[in-house]
Amino acid sequence: MASPASQPNPLPAAESPAVGVSVEALSKSYGKLDVFKDVTFAVEPGEIFVLMGPSGSGKSVLLRQVAGLETPTSGRVMIDGHDAGSAETREHVRRALVFQAGALFNSLSVYDNLALYPREHQMGTEDQIREKVMRALEILSLGKTAETFPSQLSGGMKKRVAIARALVMEPQLLLYDEPTSELDPVMSATIDEIIGSLRKEYHVTSVVVSHDRDLALSIADRVGFLMDGRLVHVGKPADLREPADPRIAEFLNPKIDVGNPRFKKIHTET
Amino acid sequence: MRQIRSILEGVGSTVQLLLRALSYVATLPRQSSRFIEQCYLIGYTTLPIVGILSFFIGSVLALQAGYSMQNFGVMQFIGSLVGLSLARELGPVMVAILVTGRVGSAITAELASMKVYQEVDALITMNIPPERMLVLPRLAAVAVMMPVLTVIANIVGWFGGAMICKYTAFISLSPKAYFASMVQYTKFKDVFDGMVKAEVFGLVVVLVCCNIGLNTRGGPREIGASVTRAVVVSLILILVLDYFVTKILI
Repeated sequence: MASPASQPNPLPAAESPAVGVSVEALSKSYGKLDVFKDVTFAVEPGEIFVLMGPSGSGKSVLLRQVAGLETPTSGRVMIDGHDAGSAETREHVRRALVFQAGALFNSLSVYDNLALYPREHQMGTEDQIREKVMRALEILSLGKTAETFPSQLSGGMKKRVAIARALVMEPQLLLYDEPTSELDPVMSATIDEIIGSLRKEYHVTSVVVSHDRDLALSIADRVGFLMDGRLVHVGKPADLREPADPRIAEFLNPKIDVGNPRFKKIHTET
Repeated sequence: MRQIRSILEGVGSTVQLLLRALSYVATLPRQSSRFIEQCYLIGYTTLPIVGILSFFIGSVLALQAGYSMQNFGVMQFIGSLVGLSLARELGPVMVAILVTGRVGSAITAELASMKVYQEVDALITMNIPPERMLVLPRLAAVAVMMPVLTVIANIVGWFGGAMICKYTAFISLSPKAYFASMVQYTKFKDVFDGMVKAEVFGLVVVLVCCNIGLNTRGGPREIGASVTRAVVVSLILILVLDYFVTKILI
């Protein structure tokens, strides 16, 4: 796949500048279950912020708060000075979320998936929309899939279509939920490249939720680490090479011990 | 106590959904393709089954009426009985039940699936309100198609009754006499009242099915549970509302 940055004909940059995100003392609980507590960090306009952490640490739930899909139990998320869930933010901030499973509209073709947003928001004539959609598909090497349906695509292609759909929106804030999960190493590297080049080309603010160490090291401006419901670290990616926190060190460089007694216990019990 | 709370929450969220959908009514002209698609699904695809069932309901009404009336020598009133029964009651209720089973269940399944697989969340992040794109065209389509389906059901049912009257030996009532009696006692207001009832039923069914679909949480099992719940709630509401709307219209 060609590097997105090397494409001769990129999409025009969004007219509005990138926006900043401010997460202030954010907590979320479902009943008695505390997902995370008192999380505070800020993302500068145009920055790529990668939020890492083990599975079940609440990364995706936090991203949904930034996307305005859920309301926090306490604290707040501000985007460009307005509450993330407010109608004002919805109306004035172009915010796209690349879902972990793509969340493509299964009853629509790939082309119609991408054309939905510009059509609904009357972003031009049908010819202009077609040009925009086809360009986004070409950037992600998906030109031949325009007339296919999501059910006919592989997992990696669905992810790329989801990114292309976000790209067509000309977003100011781009949120990614595990963009490289279930992808092979080559495709993961391609997705990393796309995320980096989108920032470079369009100055998009990006918040990426992932547990992919390579992604964080290669594209992040800063990395946050969520563990046991707490934000335990925010810093430069270089800090992750020799993390001070032993929990982060263990997460990033897990030791594989096939003789671990706890597995033996499971074996004997079953 | 919990069930009462659940019912009240359901009523509240359904009313909210209606109000939110209506707030986007100005966008309907540019959603014409979705509106036409829904008219096709709600109206055209339901038409064959409406035709078949209403024909046999009209027929059985005439047969039962003929059987009951033969001892009283009032066979000439079969036309008015079939006409009034279908126009005022059986036509709209039967169409509403068919729309619930055929269209309402499909709406709930589709929206619940979209909700579970995060398509609804994707719409929200795109600032495309689901009420505008998913609910409003369906409401508009059912508002247009329910009276049409009801009138067709009435006409087919009336003809079904006429055929039975002509070809059943112990009735032997000519179509001319059957329709003369029908025209004499079945007024436009009766047909119109039936259309009003069908309109109310249709809107309630679509709203309930959309609301339950959009509030589905979980996985594939919950999609099935939502469809069952939507159909059961819709059927109960049709029969309960039937009494109250009839009371108001009489």
